[in-house]
Amino acid sequence: MVRIDGGQSNNALIQVRNVEKLYHRGSETIRVLDGLNLDIEQGEFVAFMGPSGSGKTTLLNLLGGIDLPSSGSITVAGDEITHMSGPLLADWRARHVGFVFQLFNLIPVLTAFENIELPLLLTKLSAKERRQHVETALALVALTDRMDHYPRQLSGGQEQRVAIARAIVTDPTFLLCDEPTGDLDRASGNEIMDLLEELSSGHAKTILMVTHDPAAAKRAHTVLHLDKGVLVEAGQGGRQ
Amino acid sequence: MTYRKLILRNIGRKKTRMLLTIGSFSVAMFLFGLLTAIQNAFYQGVEMAGADRLIVRHKTSMVMPLPYAYKEKIGRIPGIAAVQAACWFGGVYQEQKNFFPQFAFETEEFRRLYPEYLMPNEQWKAYAEDLQGCLAGSKLMKRFGWKLGDKIALRGTIYPGNWEFNIRGVFENTKQEDDTGAMFLHYKYLDESRPIKGLVAWFVVKVEKPENALAVAKAIDAEFSGASFRTLTETEQAFQTDFVKRLGNIKLILMIIGGVVFLTLLLVTGSTMAMAIRERTGEIGVMKTLGFSDRLVLALLLSESMAFALIGGGLGLVLIKLFTLGGDPTGGMLRSFHLSSLDMAFGVVITLATGIGSGIVPALGAMRLNIVDALRRV
Repeated sequence: MVRIDGGQSNNALIQVRNVEKLYHRGSETIRVLDGLNLDIEQGEFVAFMGPSGSGKTTLLNLLGGIDLPSSGSITVAGDEITHMSGPLLADWRARHVGFVFQLFNLIPVLTAFENIELPLLLTKLSAKERRQHVETALALVALTDRMDHYPRQLSGGQEQRVAIARAIVTDPTFLLCDEPTGDLDRASGNEIMDLLEELSSGHAKTILMVTHDPAAAKRAHTVLHLDKGVLVEAGQGGRQ
Repeated sequence: MTYRKLILRNIGRKKTRMLLTIGSFSVAMFLFGLLTAIQNAFYQGVEMAGADRLIVRHKTSMVMPLPYAYKEKIGRIPGIAAVQAACWFGGVYQEQKNFFPQFAFETEEFRRLYPEYLMPNEQWKAYAEDLQGCLAGSKLMKRFGWKLGDKIALRGTIYPGNWEFNIRGVFENTKQEDDTGAMFLHYKYLDESRPIKGLVAWFVVKVEKPENALAVAKAIDAEFSGASFRTLTETEQAFQTDFVKRLGNIKLILMIIGGVVFLTLLLVTGSTMAMAIRERTGEIGVMKTLGFSDRLVLALLLSESMAFALIGGGLGLVLIKLFTLGGDPTGGMLRSFHLSSLDMAFGVVITLATGIGSGIVPALGAMRLNIVDALRRV
């Protein structure tokens, strides 16, 4: 279940309360998020839509702990992340968040296998355990046969699948996807959305996705619209 | 995958830049080694100087002689264990370029005064019994392909004529890097064969207790303060230092050259590292997003610059060490051209310091990098 009215929700995995985000440019103050409230339960697949500059990516950054709100609070799985210090927040991100970017953002000097293994270096897993995790993730995204390929040797769709494998390899609490199909053709985009759907329905992953693509948004359980920093509408996706 | 592998992959991502950076470190460390070896060669005499040895020379100049008769008077001064006359011979072997030092020493106290020179007893005995005998260092023997028992001829420059010597002994030194490129001959042979007799260039004095060396030196100079040949007595170390200083402040010159080289290296590699890190701003943002802490990012980037330094600097140090093992490259001017283990260790420290110095500013910048800003630069 997803709520945007700020009412109490006992089962919410993610609770956003009165979040504001302001940017200062010279003497001008830009209010990107304006008193936002949001509750998302475990296993939800939420799509955020809205025009450019509406605050979608900013909201995603705040939920992922890579940016801090100007005011308000964000609580994820009982941890209030808005008051965490840098090292604590880095550790929290490593354990709880899987990021998928529009431009894939793989490390070009590492193979697909090594890119996926990268976040596991921050864990206490042995080399053998890391290998098992990576192989499982590779199998999930159906890229086992490409594990030794470098990003430049992969298609855009394959690169994004590697990026998704990297995001899920640590079994994070939730996935944040910023325009995951934005740099792909329709067919590849559909493959990626199939994969995200599978992670949501087959593995009960909580997924929060920013997209401009209505077709991609339809795959989500819930579609939220952001306009001028305010969540103005909550609609049902196509998969309810 | 390991962090080490990640570091190596990152430093190897631009092959040309990697090779040029490693090359810069190699050249700089080679030059550091070269300057150190040259300095060692100049100051080897100072390092070798015995703490219990004094040099008595003419007060006015090193080139002015002292009467041999002073030996007995010096020997009577309390606190002196041994005294011996010495002269610079200055002969030329075949050609002027074949320079090597030759010293005429008295035989009686030589081994007591210079215990650092090692040779078999039978060779010493053969030398002592042969007035035309000489002792040659092992490096000198190797340099000219001489063999024990060879007869060699030197053309005298200070003492004209052709002088023949029989090689009766080959000496080594207690420390391998110390000089074995010189030759010793009998003072008696020199003195008997030259027209003006009874003069010495300097006396070498062994004191009974090193802590009394300065007092003994003062006593010697006081003994001859009213004589026509006044003396200047100093420790062997001071004598050797004074000798090197006559060539100019070698140490300062070498330090300035070395300093300029390393400053240049720091600027070049610092700018290379800055460029390499700036190009990867987006990737650094991604790594931080994945949970790499600021400190871990700093450590990884500093490790990269240190890896460049260690590979390049290590290569330069190995090359210069091999070069110095070949011995004096000048054919006689730098007889103790060597790098000690301590010099090598110092080289490694400098390499690491330069690695940190060149990487610290861009790595700190990356550490402080805001993730959102970094991701915008992808």
